[in-house]
Amino acid sequence: MIEGISIYEILTLTTIIFFIGIYGFITRKNLISILISVELILNASVVNFVIINKYLYPDVLQGVFFSIFIIAVAAAETALAVSIIINLYRQISSVEVKDTETMKY
Amino acid sequence: MERYIFYTVAFIMIVFAIASVSSRKMLRSVIYLLFVLMGIAGIFFLIDYNFLAAIQLTVYAGGIIVLMIFSVLLVHHIEMELEMAKTSRKILTAIASLIGISVVLFTIYSNDFESVSIAKTTTTTEIGEGLLSYEAGGFILPFEVISVLLLAAMIGAIIIAKGKKLEPTKDETK
Repeated sequence: MIEGISIYEILTLTTIIFFIGIYGFITRKNLISILISVELILNASVVNFVIINKYLYPDVLQGVFFSIFIIAVAAAETALAVSIIINLYRQISSVEVKDTETMKY
Repeated sequence: MERYIFYTVAFIMIVFAIASVSSRKMLRSVIYLLFVLMGIAGIFFLIDYNFLAAIQLTVYAGGIIVLMIFSVLLVHHIEMELEMAKTSRKILTAIASLIGISVVLFTIYSNDFESVSIAKTTTTTEIGEGLLSYEAGGFILPFEVISVLLLAAMIGAIIIAKGKKLEPTKDETK
């Protein structure tokens, strides 16, 4: 644990980052920007898992394993999303949300 | 000393997170996200989980950011400015987010966490043994499932990004 920093301060930080991600998710109009906001949200939750593991249950490692799995799923999700965006750009020449009406193959 | 490092990292992360969701230039927004991710790796280093910090740096800063920069460069001009939401909608969303932050913070601060302070460094060996053990509390099944998921995502990404060129094998022979 960090010297002089309680769990409340770190949870405050992750809460703020999480809601910044949600703000971006709602206000952005571009698929790649939405992907960036999703990354912010996922990272805030990863830090939460790790912090709660370290501060409350330092003798087990469950939070670390879950955050490794979250990072792996996030990587897979980003790769798929980027490929979908590139394919969509080839077909409709735009990555704006309002132009994305046909995603049916 | 660690206290001041944490406050600096937290300040940098919040500022760059806000910049990342409000910047009008796509590529800058991705680079600001890179700073946030590196700040998170810094927090992992501070709480002594070195392996997770290394994963964070390699997977996120090395992999995902490069992927996003590629996709931005493939679908945009570098200097293209983004269309933004309406101001009223922005303000409404900001108010909703602030309400959300206050509700969550109220819940966190009204809960009494019992912190245990054991200064124990987690080695990579322990993480590896935990991931591969098949006894109670082991994570061998999710580990294998994740490997299959990554393989499926890789093949799926290749097939989706290739688009329609995959199917007509007859046309290539003509």
